[in-house]
Amino acid sequence: MLTILFDGIAYGMLLFILACGLTVTLGLMNFINLAHGAFAMAGGYVTVVMMNRYGISFYWCLPAAFIVSALIGLLLERTLYQWLYQAPHLDQVLFSIGIVFMAIAATDYFMGGQQQLINLPPELSGRMDVFGVGVGRYRLFTIIVCAALALALQLILSKTRFGSRLRAAVDDRRVAMGLGINVPLVFALTFAFGSGLAGLGGAMGAEILGLDPNFPLKFMIYFLIVVSVGGTSTVSGPFLAALLLGIADVAGKYYVPAIGPFVIYALMIVMLIVRPNGLFSRGGR
Amino acid sequence: MLNRRMLIAAAGVALSCLAAIPAAAQETIKIGLILPMTGPFASTGRQVSAGVKTFMAMKGDTVAGKKIELVIRDDAGTADQTRRIAQELVVNDGAKVLAGFGLTPLAMAVAPVATQAKIPSVVMAAGTASITKASEYITRTSGTLPQYSLPVGTWAAANKIRKVVTLVSDYGPGIDAEKWFTKEFKAKGGEIVEAVRVPLANPDFAPFLQRVRDAKPDAVFVFLPSGAGSLFMKQFADRGLADAGIKLIATGDVTDDDILNSMGKPAIGTITGHFYATAHDSPENKAYVAAFKKANSDMRPNFMSVGGYDGMALIYAALEKTKGDVTGPAFMAAVKGLSWTSPRGPVSIDPETRDIIQNIYMREVKDVNGELQNVEFQTFKDLKDPEKAEAK
Repeated sequence: MLTILFDGIAYGMLLFILACGLTVTLGLMNFINLAHGAFAMAGGYVTVVMMNRYGISFYWCLPAAFIVSALIGLLLERTLYQWLYQAPHLDQVLFSIGIVFMAIAATDYFMGGQQQLINLPPELSGRMDVFGVGVGRYRLFTIIVCAALALALQLILSKTRFGSRLRAAVDDRRVAMGLGINVPLVFALTFAFGSGLAGLGGAMGAEILGLDPNFPLKFMIYFLIVVSVGGTSTVSGPFLAALLLGIADVAGKYYVPAIGPFVIYALMIVMLIVRPNGLFSRGGR
Repeated sequence: MLNRRMLIAAAGVALSCLAAIPAAAQETIKIGLILPMTGPFASTGRQVSAGVKTFMAMKGDTVAGKKIELVIRDDAGTADQTRRIAQELVVNDGAKVLAGFGLTPLAMAVAPVATQAKIPSVVMAAGTASITKASEYITRTSGTLPQYSLPVGTWAAANKIRKVVTLVSDYGPGIDAEKWFTKEFKAKGGEIVEAVRVPLANPDFAPFLQRVRDAKPDAVFVFLPSGAGSLFMKQFADRGLADAGIKLIATGDVTDDDILNSMGKPAIGTITGHFYATAHDSPENKAYVAAFKKANSDMRPNFMSVGGYDGMALIYAALEKTKGDVTGPAFMAAVKGLSWTSPRGPVSIDPETRDIIQNIYMREVKDVNGELQNVEFQTFKDLKDPEKAEAK
């Protein structure tokens, strides 16, 4: 029972890290970026290449995955994304889904279509007993890292000057610029940070979720569920939503395997009926 | 008015001339190879096409005085595309034989085309038993799920395994595997504690594995498509199921040779039943593996590649027998009862069902000179597909 809860939390945390970058771009920058999973995939493949080809330690791969994905994010933001901030949402969707397909084809071409596997360091594999509850070491590691990140993210957005600039830039771009805030720079950094988080999520998820060129499409639905259930105006909303979905998914599959896969969708529908603007919304826009 | 009529007549004459040209130049035989070369099942397409090309590199591209021309088309793993491509290949490109078909629905989609156009179709990968029943122009060189799930049941019952949980992907092949393993295992006195079906697109196995663990069986029998299988393997080890005394027995899809080596330690000791292992010990296989690795930058051939290789072997052998006649009925008559020595061992085509008859090997994953291999330790000789055998 507690093991199931624990697995659910770990899964939810992972979903959160993967999706929180999307919360940032969608909620704060008001840009629908379906290509978010492509950045996660980039992070995953960075890890695979570093570990399997060059034998670099898993712990170094995590920051590397973050940095590489963030750099790719920065590059694409400067060259492509920034022209679409003012475009209608449909254009943004078409553009970013195009990026997804290009990313899939490119990855397939360079890395092959097979499932990529990594071998974790021994201290992270296996499981241990904590007060009689079987706990997977890697899942515990995931929970700790993700919880720390969630906390840091919340603090950055609500307490730092950068956070308030970002929120100002989002709420009213023209006034923010008039006040001397370098809006394009703020957006570029935010986008890069969101992409970097996705990359980190991809790297951490490679062990649990698997990694192949179709990763961005496979998980797009999960990201969108997390963001739509959680609402896009806060970080804590998606965080709780991700946990809820993770636990519901794992518990649903454990207790009622026959309808397990539907549990999260049912939950999503109920949530959207009850709270159409997300768990913690500031009211409709 | 007269002018227009003459124009139409002229066009008609021109068209019939065009149509006559390929008939006159019947020296080449086109084989339409339809495979998922992109999308989630791209690794299937990659392996099968590599197997096909290895065959042509080893045996040349002429048979019975005809030149064989391959046309490889990508269906991205979606059935409507497979069907459209099959029609195009037959109608526009003049393909005389169709082959490939990575997944059951893809093969099923082609069956009506094969029947209507009387085009022999060679299934090189898809594994649901019922495919060859869909059209009398379909034959198969891979294997069927019942064919290699049943021996795993026989083996388990004979090796002190009493209680088993089955865990399969929830689609055609998975259900085939579950059914035939269960049937054989129960008939030999075993007990199925629980049958778990996992959605095909499933990111995390944690809840299912926990269920298996809590049921405390002697072993868990698994069928999953190869990519998902390797993920499963890792989570199986991580959850400590092996330490809890639960054995992992599976069909060979789970320990796919293509990625077996990157699964690492957790895979060692897994018992699987299947029709081909890269490590199979025979001169034919040694030659095949060497040629395959040379042509494909050291990639390991897996069971899908050998399905492709034998598909070509079947087409060549049938053409030898018909002296180059590729018309549907003559070709299919030649196919029935053909037998040859494949890299996987002796195989033949069942004259009644057009399905393959072959040996199924029980294998254990072992570390052989620093590489993980499926090492064969027991052989079930000349097995037919049990599903169609029973239907009679």
